[in-house]
Formats: sequence, C-alpha cells, structure tokens
Amino acid sequence: MASTHVTKRAKYKTTIKDPGTPGTLRMTFEKILFVPHNPKSAGKLDVEFRYIKGQKHTKEGSNKPPWLNLTNNQNGSFIFEFENYSDLQECRDFVGKVLAKGGEVSEKPTVAYPDEQLSAAEMELRIKLLQEDSELQKLHKQFVLSGVLTETEFWATRKKLLDREVSKKTKQWLGFKSAMISDIKPSTDGRTNKVTFNLTPEVILQIFAEKPAVHRAFLSYVPNKMSERTFWTKYFRAEYLHSTKNSIAAAAEAAEDEELAVFLKQDDILASEAQKKIRRVDPTLDMEADEGDDYTHLPDHGIFREGNKEMTESQNELYKRSLSQDINRHAAVVLEGRAVDVELEDTKAVAEALAQSKQKSSNKGESDGDISRERLDRLSRMTEIEDLQGPNTLPLAPLCIKDPRDYFDSQQANALRTSGDALGGIEQIKCGLSTQEVYGSLRESISSIKAMGLKEPIVKPEVAHQVFDALTNSISNTKYHIGKNPQESVLDRLPRKTKEELLHHWTSILELLKHFWASYPITTTYLYAKVNRLKDAMSNIYPQLEEIKGSVPSELRHQVSLLVRPMHQALDAAIQHYEASMQKRSAQSGERPNGYV
Amino acid sequence: MASAPSKLYADDVSLVVVLLDTNPFFWSSSSLSFSQFLSHVLAFLNAILTLNQLNQVVVIATGYNSCDYVFDSSSDLNRSFENGRMPVMCSSLLQKLEEFLIKDEQLSKEEPEGKIKSSLFSGSLSMALCYIQRVFRSGALHPHPRILCLQGSPDGPEQYVAIMNAIFSAQRSSVPIDSCYLGSQNSAFLQQASYITAGVHHKPQNLDGLFQYLMTIFATDLHSRSFIHLPKPVGVDFRASSVFGQAQSEAASASDKKRKTPET
Repeated sequence: MASTHVTKRAKYKTTIKDPGTPGTLRMTFEKILFVPHNPKSAGKLDVEFRYIKGQKHTKEGSNKPPWLNLTNNQNGSFIFEFENYSDLQECRDFVGKVLAKGGEVSEKPTVAYPDEQLSAAEMELRIKLLQEDSELQKLHKQFVLSGVLTETEFWATRKKLLDREVSKKTKQWLGFKSAMISDIKPSTDGRTNKVTFNLTPEVILQIFAEKPAVHRAFLSYVPNKMSERTFWTKYFRAEYLHSTKNSIAAAAEAAEDEELAVFLKQDDILASEAQKKIRRVDPTLDMEADEGDDYTHLPDHGIFREGNKEMTESQNELYKRSLSQDINRHAAVVLEGRAVDVELEDTKAVAEALAQSKQKSSNKGESDGDISRERLDRLSRMTEIEDLQGPNTLPLAPLCIKDPRDYFDSQQANALRTSGDALGGIEQIKCGLSTQEVYGSLRESISSIKAMGLKEPIVKPEVAHQVFDALTNSISNTKYHIGKNPQESVLDRLPRKTKEELLHHWTSILELLKHFWASYPITTTYLYAKVNRLKDAMSNIYPQLEEIKGSVPSELRHQVSLLVRPMHQALDAAIQHYEASMQKRSAQSGERPNGYV
Repeated sequence: MASAPSKLYADDVSLVVVLLDTNPFFWSSSSLSFSQFLSHVLAFLNAILTLNQLNQVVVIATGYNSCDYVFDSSSDLNRSFENGRMPVMCSSLLQKLEEFLIKDEQLSKEEPEGKIKSSLFSGSLSMALCYIQRVFRSGALHPHPRILCLQGSPDGPEQYVAIMNAIFSAQRSSVPIDSCYLGSQNSAFLQQASYITAGVHHKPQNLDGLFQYLMTIFATDLHSRSFIHLPKPVGVDFRASSVFGQAQSEAASASDKKRKTPET
C-alpha cells in the first residue's frame, strides 16, 4: 500500500538481549516515532530518516522472531520486534522506499558548484572511459585532480563519448536455452522410489512455449479442476510413459485418466499451426534439388533394413511421439525467440503472460489479408508471360543536370573577393592576343622545330653544371634537415619521449583553450574564477615548452621551435585577450568604488 | 603491345606517361618558348628509351579544350614519318601534336573575360590512368608505370574534384605522379598529387637547363628511387580546398563571436 506513513504495534529493543518495550511505531517520510504504551517507560524514540543508513531484518523461514534493525550513521542500531512477518514486510518496504529516495539528495563533499546528479552507472561509465583511453586519463589527471578544471566541465564537452558508451550496453533479450527440456534430469531417490523434478519459471516458460496443448490445459485445469502440483505430477507421468516408448501402456493409462490423455496425445494446436504454415508457403519458391542435395546415394549412408518391417498398431499411433518431432519443435521455439521478457515468479503469471503474447501475435496475423493480396500480386508478376504483355511505357522524369561551372565560377569569384591575395595570386594570364593568334604561334613553333631539328646543343654545359650543382646542394641540405622519405614528418625524427611530450602538450593546450574561450564573455563570478585558473595553467606551460626545446639535440632544435611556435601563438592570443579584458574591467570598476564582482 | 621475353625483364623497366601542357595561352606568355621546351622534352624522351631496351613512353597532350594521345613508343605506326633532320620518333610526335592543336582550336568557343585559362589537366590525368590500367591487365610481365606531368598552366578550381579523384585512384594503384611545374606561381594541385602518390615534385629555377632537371630528377625509375635521393619539398600546399571557402580564421577572431558556454 502506497501510504505516506506506517503505524504498527512493535516492541523497541536497544540490544538483542533486551526484552523490548511494547509500543507503537509510526514511520513517516521524515522520521520514525516510537511511543511506548507505558508513558512512564523510557523507550521513546524520535529519529529522523536522514540519519538512518540501512536496515536489516530476520528471515521469514527461520525460527527467529520478526525483527527489523535500523542502523544509523553513527553505527548505532534500533531494533524493533513486530507481531508477525507481514507487519515486518510492510515496514521494511516503507523504509526501503524512504532510503532510496533519500540517497538521491545526499550531500557531496565538494560543494563549490551546483549539485550534479551522478548516478552510479554514470560514475562507472566515466571510470571505464578513463581506463580505456590513456590520453584522456592523462588530461584528467593533469587538470581535474590539480583543480584547474572541475569534473563537470571536463565531462561536459565529452557528452558524445559518454552517450556512445551508454548506447553500447543496449538491452539484449536472453533467448531460450538450446538444451532440450527432456535433458533435464530429475533427482531420483532409490530408497523410496521417488523421482523429484525441479521446476523453475524458466523451464515452465519453455515447456509452455514448446507444447501449446499443455499450456492450454494448464490455463483450463488449474486451479479449477486440479492443483498445480497434481498438474505437474500428471505431466511428468506422461513424460515418463513417453520415455519408456511403451505405447500400449500409454494407451491404457490414457483411457483411464482423461487429463493424462491430454498430455499423451499429439499436440493438436501444433498440428493446426503447421497446416496453416503449409498453406502460406510461397509457390514460386524454387526447390530444385541438385547433386549436392542428394546424400542418400553416398556410401555409408542410411540404415540397412533387413527382413521384416515392424507393423505398427494404428490405434496406438496416437500415442507415439518421435524424437525428430521433439527436436524440430524445440529448435523452432528457440529460434523464434522469447516472447515474454519479464522475470516471473509464478507459474500462473507465466502462463497468462504467454497467452497474452500469443493473442497479440495472432491479432497481427489476422491483418494478413493484405499480405495474401500482396503475395498474389507478386505471384502474378513472377509468372507473367512476356509475349502477352502490353507495352510498358513509364513516364520518364526529365534529367536536369546543371552545369557545375556555374557553381565553381561563382565560388571562385567569392574566394577572390573575400581572401584578397591569400590564394597566393592565381596566375591571371594577361592575354592580349586572340585565340587564333595564340594557337597560330604554337603551331609555328612546331613547324620551326620540324624544320630546324632539335636545339643544338640541347642544353649549354655551363647551365647544366649550374643546375646540377644547385640540385645536389638542395637535396643534401633537405635530406639533412627533413629526412629521406617524402612522407616522413619532422615529428618522427625526434626521440620518442620528446614527441610524446609535444603531442601531449598540444592536446592539453587545446583542452585549456577550449574551456578558456568558451568562458567568454564573463558573466558570473564562477566564470571569472575559472578563467583565472585557466590562465595560470596556461602560463605554466611556457617554461615546460622551453624545457623541451632545451632537451633536444641542437640540430633538431630549429624544427622543434617551428613546431612549438603555433602553440605559443595560440597561448599568446589567449593571454592577450585575457589581459585586455582585465584592463577593461578595471577601467569599468574604477567608476564603482566597491569593485565589480 | 610487343611481348617481352622474360629473361630480359629487369627491375627497372618503366613506362612513363608524359602529360604535356599545350595550353596556348600559357605558352604565349611564358619565358621559355614552346620550341625550346619541345627540344628539351624530346631529347629527354629519347634518353628514357635508351636507358632500357624495354622502356616505354606515352605522351598525352593536355590542351585547352581537349586531350589526346600524341605518341606511343610501343606502337608500330612510327615508321611512316621519315625526316632527315631528326629521329623518326620525334617527327611522328610533332606531326600528331600539330594535328591535335588544329583539332583543339576548332573546339574553342567564346569564353568570358577574366576566366582562368587552365588546361584540362584532370582529363589527361584520367586518360593516363586508363592507359596504365590496361597495362596492368596485360599480363604478369609489365613495366612499372609512372606519370610525369609537365605543367605550366595555373590550377583550374573547377577541376579540383576530378583531379583529387584521379590522385586517389593513382594512389590506390601505386602509380607515382611526378610533376614539374614550369609556370611562375605555385601549383597546389601538382604538389598534392606528388605528395599523396609518393612522387617527386619540382619547380625548376632555371628553365634553360630544363633538360638537366629532367634527366637528374625525373628519369629515375621506380626501383632506383629507393636508394637515389630526389628533391623533397619543404612543405606541401594543401590549401586547394580553401578555394571554395573562406580562408582559415585564427583562434583569436573566433573569440569575438558569441560562443555557447558548456553546461556548468
């Protein structure tokens, strides 16, 4: 019952040995009030729920009396003895509810920023992310643990990462076990000749899914005609009879007990379902067999039949069940998947849930009037005779392909306009001559060379020598500075530690700058403090970069300083901006005597 | 294509596809005259063919309105042009080039003033790659192909996408694109092409010695490139993509825009 308070008669004990003071226990969402019946006794108790940390209780099945033990956060405990276990249960639920609610607004040790609802799952996610990505962990350690950035800020920009982790853990429905139920062995007691089956709701669900006749029998017989226990006893008796493969005995027992007969007969629901499925098979399915399908003529295949075939009794045919039928049915059910996805504790609930889901799926099946019409359409399309078809003129949409040059030309004009000479001056060939003249001059050159032959000498020796020298010089210089491989970059030539440090500095600078620029314009004190912190952290990076430059051998120093330069530029820009805004502020605050805060 | 006896096949057999820039607008304003340029190039092609008996050379002319094959060293049609003044190969090339120019002129139409007069580099690059693909499928024994671009015309931004596509497909088929830029500015497309496909890019300082540049740098076959040092550019201009957008903005200017603060 969802009430806002619980009142019960109980005895309050301070320790286990204490006989307890009888009285009334009243619990509301805020506090626990215990008033003893005897106003003179000293057991009055008035405790706020805030102080209650946890609860313990004695189990119902044990021989102990119903006790509820509430522990508070000073490690004291309040023990209440109830009259019966249902009272205890009620109080326990209530306390559980209150404690769960209370846990959400627990105080946090660092209260410098607005409260953040951090569920345990989210903490776990963050820890997992940190463990997986060492780069992230280094950044986290550097900034958050040293107080430059707070947790919230750090993770605020990484929402996408967290979301991705969450979506990875999508709920997957657990299917049925592949092992057959008949493989579940009961425990046999040799002495008393009793066989004990252990039924869990899981197994029951599987039995109902595989054998719809049993399901139907359960729904109709229990609890009207027989108890659940009797039902299962009869079911297992039927199973036993099947396993002995004694169809005569099965027929005999079925004749006596009509309920047992239900379990022994063939499953008629299954039969009708199978018939429906056969009617729905697509006639256009190509079932042509090829050589690979013919396994019967392989050597060593099949069982040799010799002599007499077994004559089967037709009247007992009804009570036989073959292994292949069982296996096929089991496989079909496992592949269909689990229709009921709830933790069920009660057989009755299981049966009803399964019936409900079947109802739903049969409702969906009724709408397959459309489906059958669609199938007929498809059939007629697949079996059409081309000669008898009419002309197939579909309306064609006219193609509309625009000239890409319109786009590119306009963009080019844009680019030239906005960036001025940032393009490095695309060469505009000033051509005063017309097309004709231009082509004409080219053709003239060709004719002249045809007439005169190749230039003699092709290249003058001094020029060649000059070119050769220059090339050799430049090649050897660049090889020294940059390296042989055209794809190699400067970073690869640095010692590994330096390279890692430089890269780490880059990422940390980016992180700091991200937060720095995002805090402008400064509107609250919080942002103001944050910006100060970030600026201090940024100033600390300069000496670190100098150190790296110093640690590198002298021939690489120039390269390293080239790499470090953009970092300096970015930091300088940020610090400049900071100082400019500080000046503006102090100019403004000069007017107010109290200062602007 | 003539089949080669396998025992003559060595590591350094190469197929060089030369993309010759025949943009008349560029050549009319270039310091190097077209006939001088042709002498350098023809001598260079001859030299390549003498480096190895099985080397092949294919020349594709990159015109202003069209592109076409003008020379294929493995074809047998080279016999027909006899001219006492020069080797047979050169005269056939020149003849074909002249015919190509006539055709190209006929295709020209009215162009708006101020348009960048770029040659159809993407077209000739694609033709070269198609030829090379055919060579790949000709059998197990084939020369190592590479592409040499002799370009002087400026980059045409409308060809950016097509050129990048060609570059990536060359990269996938491991065909290096060497480039020699003869113009006065820089060509970002050529630099990118050579960088991405692991080819060599060079902009000769002294165009009179073009032949020496070609022989020193671009005659090296692919096998020898593993131990011969070739010039490497100090930096590659990847800015071609910014032709379509604004120039990169600095971090400082970004702060002036209002930014959404992260939740705190």
